[in-house]
Amino acid sequence: MSANFYYGIEVFLNGLMAGVMYSLVALGFVLIFKASGIFNYAQGVMALFAALCLVGFQTGQIPFAHLINAIFGTQIHHFGWQMPALLAIICALLMMILFAFIVERYVLKHLVNQEPIILFMATIGLAYFMEGFGDLMWGSDIKKLDVGLPQGGNVWLEEKTASLGGEDFYGFYLDNLDIWATILAAILVTSLVLFSQYTKTGRALRAVADDHQAALSVGISLRTIWVIVWSIAGFVALVAGIMWGSKSGVQFSLSLIALKALPVLMLGGFTSIPGAIVGGLIIGVGEKMFEFLIGAPFLGGATENWFAYMLALLFLVFRPQGLFGEKIIERV
Amino acid sequence: MLYREAGDFKTSYSKDQQTFPIAFDRWGYFLTVAFAFLIVPFMINDYWLNAVILPFLIYAIAAIGLNILTGYCGQVSLGTGGFMAVGAYAAYKLMTGFPDLNIVFVIILSGGVTAMVGVIFGLPSLRIKGFYLAVATLAAQFFLVWLFNKVPWFYNYSASGQISAPERSIFGFAVTGANTLPHVSYLFCLCFVFVLAWMARNLTRGANGRKWMAIRDMDIAAEIIGVNPLKTKLLAFAISSFYIGIAGALLFAVYLGAAEVGEAFGITKSFLVLFMIIIGGLGSIFGSFAGAAFMVLMPVLLKNIMVGQLGWPTDLAAHFEFVIVGGLIVLFLILEPHGLAQIWRIVKEKLRLWPFPH
Repeated sequence: MSANFYYGIEVFLNGLMAGVMYSLVALGFVLIFKASGIFNYAQGVMALFAALCLVGFQTGQIPFAHLINAIFGTQIHHFGWQMPALLAIICALLMMILFAFIVERYVLKHLVNQEPIILFMATIGLAYFMEGFGDLMWGSDIKKLDVGLPQGGNVWLEEKTASLGGEDFYGFYLDNLDIWATILAAILVTSLVLFSQYTKTGRALRAVADDHQAALSVGISLRTIWVIVWSIAGFVALVAGIMWGSKSGVQFSLSLIALKALPVLMLGGFTSIPGAIVGGLIIGVGEKMFEFLIGAPFLGGATENWFAYMLALLFLVFRPQGLFGEKIIERV
Repeated sequence: MLYREAGDFKTSYSKDQQTFPIAFDRWGYFLTVAFAFLIVPFMINDYWLNAVILPFLIYAIAAIGLNILTGYCGQVSLGTGGFMAVGAYAAYKLMTGFPDLNIVFVIILSGGVTAMVGVIFGLPSLRIKGFYLAVATLAAQFFLVWLFNKVPWFYNYSASGQISAPERSIFGFAVTGANTLPHVSYLFCLCFVFVLAWMARNLTRGANGRKWMAIRDMDIAAEIIGVNPLKTKLLAFAISSFYIGIAGALLFAVYLGAAEVGEAFGITKSFLVLFMIIIGGLGSIFGSFAGAAFMVLMPVLLKNIMVGQLGWPTDLAAHFEFVIVGGLIVLFLILEPHGLAQIWRIVKEKLRLWPFPH
């Protein structure tokens, strides 16, 4: 076998790993869309905000230090302690739950029964708000996130596979972090499925997803459900934020992963959790392979920016509801 | 007392169906137009032109374009930035390829080119609906920006990858390039805005506009009563892209002068124009203007207050701007989801009854 073939396999594997990362973000979208019919553009910014909070708590930053300094002319920045990673994660999770409460109380409650496009716009407004708020609270510099996840290439795999190829092949390179992300994503999805199938709250969530009014009529409180769903989405955002943040630092561009997750959603269908996973894998592999086989040699590279969208677009023309989405039934 | 139909008798159908049936409205409109054409050019200076008025006029065109597609025809599009880029690059290629071509034709032709591109990206809308379409239009946004970045032919193989507008003039006055006078570029853009807004108003209240609205309200029902969805949707995409292309061409040629595609026509532009029509009011030409004015003026105002008055560092002010813009959008949607145009309608309704509301 030629080395190129093995490189292809390596690209394929890396594509799968990247796909898992996309799926993590897409999952948050699906949860909220199913439960409230809201297309939550703010999911990416939620991941950024969660990661910012995590880093802030961990390194003991003083919130709003920049603002306080500007108003009062002080020079404060850190409390001077280091929080253990686990405690910081719990604190960040509490922040996301608080955020879910605030969103429900001050935004969603007032927008019940509005058209989907209005709700979508509201989440864009929310995304802008959180982006500015996160920067105000924790500063806009690039931060390093380290919660103790292993980094760097997986040496074991590289050594084991080095003998496969010829002279110029050194084994598959896989990032440890990506492997961890895959394991975590698997655990996350399994627990979400178990939660929604076997608990009372999970049943209520599914009921709301099926039919708002019927759920209301059997005594399920929509508002509580929304808080729960947004909290879960916040948790998923936190996991995504940790993964992406450990990989490339916590910075503004983290919020743009939401844009990466959108084609995943289109491919998988807005309403399906397995769809988010499968869609993520297809997109991840597809864009890496396209870049490897066609993009880099013939088109001048950087095709990853749009390939996912084009793939999803072509796919949708043949199947407008996505792979696993609910069949769209239209009546006059 | 002034604003009412009472005593305003119409003696012909054309008078009955005019755009501004109430005399007070009509005179207000004439006065606004006269003010814009006859008085503003004498008062304008460089700061006002570049900070407020030019962006307002140009974004108003883009907002009208997007409003035709989203507000009237109900097809949500997030590809506005990409289509503006098509207009800008078409204008650049036409200006450099045909130096003798009049700048007015250059800009109209760029609109035409954008309309064709818009129709291509509008084709999937026949199968894809709602949010799926909104996300699908992002494909246009990312693909077009990538294309203009990667294919050197579009920026004439310039080393920086930027495009910059050569000097072109009309009636001996420079409208693009470095030597423009404020009132010339103002009047140039104003003429485009006036004609395009007038066209849009009449398009949307004619047969085509009613077809668009039928598709928006329920496309299957519209199909059953004989509206051809293919033609109607593609026409909306074409006309909307024509407007957006002209806005992009003007933004590049008259306002910016030089542009780099990722920076000038990125995804934030798409959102900005979408904000304008949501805040201004979907399905309203007046709303497009109001929204454009709001989104252009507010950041200038905020910056003046925070940096100028309070003396905060600019990065802090920029963060605050995000918070305030985001907060205002949410607030607007909660208080008045139909935008500034709806507020204006309510005010007019109140005015009709004033001073004796019963």
